[in-house]
Amino acid sequence: MGQDILVVAEHLKGEFADVTFELLGKAAELAGATGGSVSVALIGSGMKDKAQELGAAAKVYSVDHTGLADFNPLTHGSALAAVVDHAAPRLTLVANTSMGMDLAASLSVAKDLPLIAYALDVQVDGDAIVATSQLYGGKIYAESASTGASVIVSVLAGVFPADAGRTNGSPAIEDVAAPDGIDDAQVRFQALVEPEGGDVDITQHDILVAVGRGIGSEDNLPLAEELASALGGAVCSSRPIVDSKWLPKTRQVGKSGLKVKPKVYLALGISGAPEHIEGMKDAELIIAVNTDETAPIFEFAHYGSTEDLFDLVPALTEKLK
Amino acid sequence: MNIVVPVKLVPDLVEELEINDDGTDLERDFLSYKINEFCDHAIEEALQIKEAHGASVTVIAIERDETDKVLYTALAKGADRAVKVTGVDEAATTHTAAKAMCTVIAGMDYDVVMTGVQAADDRDGQLGILLAGYLGVPCVSVVSDVSVSGDTLTVHKEYSGGMMARYEVTPKIVLGVQAARQTPRYAPVSRVRQIMKETELEEVLVGDADVDVGSTVRRMYTPEKGEGAEMLEGSSEDVAARIAQLLNEKRS
Ligand SMILES: Cc1cc2nc3c(=O)[nH]c(=O)nc-3n(C[C@H](O)[C@H](O)[C@H](O)COP(=O)(O)OP(=O)(O)OC[C@H]3O[C@@H](n4cnc5c(N)ncnc54)[C@H](O)[C@@H]3O)c2cc1C
Ligand SMILES: Nc1ncnc2c1ncn2[C@@H]1O[C@H](COP(=O)(O)O)[C@@H](O)[C@H]1O
Repeated sequence: MGQDILVVAEHLKGEFADVTFELLGKAAELAGATGGSVSVALIGSGMKDKAQELGAAAKVYSVDHTGLADFNPLTHGSALAAVVDHAAPRLTLVANTSMGMDLAASLSVAKDLPLIAYALDVQVDGDAIVATSQLYGGKIYAESASTGASVIVSVLAGVFPADAGRTNGSPAIEDVAAPDGIDDAQVRFQALVEPEGGDVDITQHDILVAVGRGIGSEDNLPLAEELASALGGAVCSSRPIVDSKWLPKTRQVGKSGLKVKPKVYLALGISGAPEHIEGMKDAELIIAVNTDETAPIFEFAHYGSTEDLFDLVPALTEKLK
Repeated sequence: MNIVVPVKLVPDLVEELEINDDGTDLERDFLSYKINEFCDHAIEEALQIKEAHGASVTVIAIERDETDKVLYTALAKGADRAVKVTGVDEAATTHTAAKAMCTVIAGMDYDVVMTGVQAADDRDGQLGILLAGYLGVPCVSVVSDVSVSGDTLTVHKEYSGGMMARYEVTPKIVLGVQAARQTPRYAPVSRVRQIMKETELEEVLVGDADVDVGSTVRRMYTPEKGEGAEMLEGSSEDVAARIAQLLNEKRS
């Protein structure tokens, strides 16, 4: 195996995801320590034209095939395995996203490579790759070391600055043959389904009152609605509230929901799982109410209270009226 | 259609999690385990398919403190078979758990394996995807909105911002379920008790699978409380007054 760092490019509708540049920036920083260079696995159709956006890399391994235009865990997985065979990287960085999760874990089994997932940080320490995983809903961190000749780390989106990896350039392009069987795979991409338009666009509001499972039942939602209307804001939520169909999907904040950046984010009965934090950590003022004093949301909030939301919210609404 | 649902028991995050003396794992002696919430969704989705199209649902779990209860509960909800896998170390990695599940499932007559999309203790990857790799079948994870038509399934894989990709898949396949089409059902306690009296769980001894995950935990710790939140103290009236003040400052 070599010393290069391979970044797996993620793209949707012909545009690279921010996390691709986050990983590229980090890879450039680590390449000095491994004594290798940065390369990119670019799997898709017609994406080679966009390789100039990957100027932070010295080389792009391109698997280009019309059947790879849209992400497919099976065929993109085989294509990535082919790139890894070819590139023999010391470290493969994959985003811990919906697409990246599929790629990283399938690569780990296919190539029998160590995988460290949910990484918030990656370092090179002597002959070891060391990565810190965020576990147990963000309550525990684990620092793992691997001295394997080739290691996969899947990195959480949003933890490294994207600007560091956003450089135009002209990396060398090396074609890697697409794997067989792309057109009659057992998993067949059909279509992208766009999000439905909602009644309220939570990304446009300055003040958001966010409810989580702590709200207990749909019948308690008016508590949040009243507070939001006293503040002139809107109600949004964590995922379980949407999965329970108490609020439409357009109100969901987080990894699989919307990213919001309001002036005020009032989190009521939300534990602060990493997937939720990803969507709201950039709010200007975060105030969290949660009866569990160890809830990870308090790491990210500016102000917190362990009062029961059912006592606090009515009192607060009264004061704001 | 035969559906197998491997469920994972994970430490209950509501309890305080302590680190062991050498700082490399949780202190497992007094941990209480509960079903991983996404596995609950996988069970629900399997039962929905069973009710709509007819299917046999087998739930399997690696033995932990609460495994019997979780398996009996699944039977009470409508699963057809429940299998307890014994002999796997509590501190096993996800690769090890996936390998153990593979040993049991590979011998079953299955079409679809539905796992929860991820679990709180997945340091080395998500079980469903690893399991698919060991079984040698494809996997689509982060899935919701599953529907069945004849021998094919249509699934939606969730991206961010509410965007989804729709795939058609042909068994055998592993699906990592993010959300069932409806909130996981509850099993009445009386029904669970009755099942416990009438049924004996199937047991399979697997023992620790021989997988080298290739990494070791140097240090496990509670994240330092950086700046953290300024905690507001006092009665709920006091706290409400202080929050109102903060909000009014920000609004003006
Ligand atoms: C691929 C993937 C994508 C995901 N995407 C998202 C996403 O976009 N958005 C998202 O939110 N989640 C997402 N999740 C789910 C995420 O992992 C968590 O399950 C979810 O965020 C938890 O929601 P919660 O905080 O409301 O519930 P819980 O974690 O159950 O927290 C409820 C909190 O309420 C507190 N509480 C209870 N009663 C009271 C009371 N009376 N007063 C005050 N506090 C109280 C409790 O102490 C607890 O901390 C995703 C998961 C996966 C696997
Ligand atoms: N009153 C509540 N408020 C918020 N979350 C709760 C409440 N009760 C239970 N939960 C959550 O719901 C899940 C299942 O709880 P239970 O059914 O009580 O075991 C747990 O993970 C808790 O986090």
